[in-house]
Amino acid sequence: MLKNKIVLSLFLLIVTTSLVAQEPKMVAIARGKFVPLYGATTKTPVEVKPFYIDVYPVTNAQYLTFLKKYPENSRSRIKGIFADKSYLSQWESDFSFGKVNLSNAPVTNVSWFTAKKYCECQGGRLPTMDEWEYVAMADEKRIDARTKESFNKYIMSWYEKPNTYANPVGETFKNYWGVYDMHGLVWEWTGDFNSIFLSGESRKDKDTDKNLFCGSASVNATDLMNYAAFMRYAFRGSLKARYTTKNLGFRCAKDKK
Amino acid sequence: MKLTDFNFEIKKRISSRSRISFKSKSILYILICFLFLSFYSCTNKTETKPIIEEPISELSIYNLPSKWTNEEGENLEIKDLKGKVLVMVMIYTSCKAACPRLVADMRNIEQRIPEKIKDHVKFVLVSIDPEVDTPQRLKAFAIENKMDGDQWTFLRSSEENTREFAAVLAVNYKKIAPLDFSHSNIISVFNAKGELAYQQEGLGVNSDQTIDKILEEAEKLN
Repeated sequence: MLKNKIVLSLFLLIVTTSLVAQEPKMVAIARGKFVPLYGATTKTPVEVKPFYIDVYPVTNAQYLTFLKKYPENSRSRIKGIFADKSYLSQWESDFSFGKVNLSNAPVTNVSWFTAKKYCECQGGRLPTMDEWEYVAMADEKRIDARTKESFNKYIMSWYEKPNTYANPVGETFKNYWGVYDMHGLVWEWTGDFNSIFLSGESRKDKDTDKNLFCGSASVNATDLMNYAAFMRYAFRGSLKARYTTKNLGFRCAKDKK
Repeated sequence: MKLTDFNFEIKKRISSRSRISFKSKSILYILICFLFLSFYSCTNKTETKPIIEEPISELSIYNLPSKWTNEEGENLEIKDLKGKVLVMVMIYTSCKAACPRLVADMRNIEQRIPEKIKDHVKFVLVSIDPEVDTPQRLKAFAIENKMDGDQWTFLRSSEENTREFAAVLAVNYKKIAPLDFSHSNIISVFNAKGELAYQQEGLGVNSDQTIDKILEEAEKLN
């Protein structure tokens, strides 16, 4: 009898812990204000409300778990309106990321729709662009390291490095908030990626934002910082919601009540 | 469902074991509730879609599950507009700069559609400012702009659904101040299957091609 009891409670313990383990690890980000490179028409700071964000980008293994539970998002069943042809094209099949891709490498070749769906199914959402940039401006010690030259050089040197998306998550630095891989691994989707207006692209008659362009010839920390952020905003501005690329992944966020 | 079977099984086992103390029973119960809730929370969000006779095309906007409200306060989904050629634009009613011109462009297009195919075309204006643009406000805007005929529909939804719809239309927008947005000026034509057929970009541009496309798609329905 006692043995049965132990078995039963052990079983329940295992079930609950495995459920907890499936919960993506998130950390709390405190309320704050900052002036994003882009998005504030005046130089007044944007307020970021407290929220939670994933410590790591979503991995192949986590994404596979999601697909098994929601197979309508699998490679062969996803509707064309929600993801283009290269969706998960690096995977071996619908429900296998294969041997080439690490289970703990970030999942890439996912569209905005599928990334959004994933987060919703974890009870979360994609971070906003302001939230993402707010977390990304922290280095190991400071909330805002954007004016630090070595920090900017680190980011810029990553932009030049090929194929970092194949690396496991968690190998870059841990920032002030306890978040990894904001720089150095993959580009990431944000919930409101489609709120960017860039001049010089094919679209006519869009409002443009002069904040994005710095005419300075000398390269100092601020220029590097602007250039790095400019790259991110320009990349986001070039995306459409069904696009997928091999260096673009995502992580989830959640409101803090 | 497997989960309920599982819970049932556990409950059965619990009830057959009278020697389990009250305390551990209640802990078990809480655990079971927790288990159930943790599964339920997500399944709740993915609603099962009703069975539709004709399969919706892969690239159709009728695949979107979002719920909308029109200017009459009626609830609908995008697929309720199925079967008509849709001419869509995203606007907000408090807009002073681009939208009046975008709205004028829509009206010009509407006026140039021949009577015989008018029944096959629907003009849809989607608000990017759902907070301000209540159904009442949209109705007032429709009347004010002489767009309250049957061929016109105004839609609003949650901020999230609006962001998603904009993503489908490749419309970018951003709130830059209360009552003020930056947004792309795009008029989109969808065929009766809900597939994007044409996009007109810019303000006050020549609409000939847009109209040609609407006619071409609408004539298929005759």
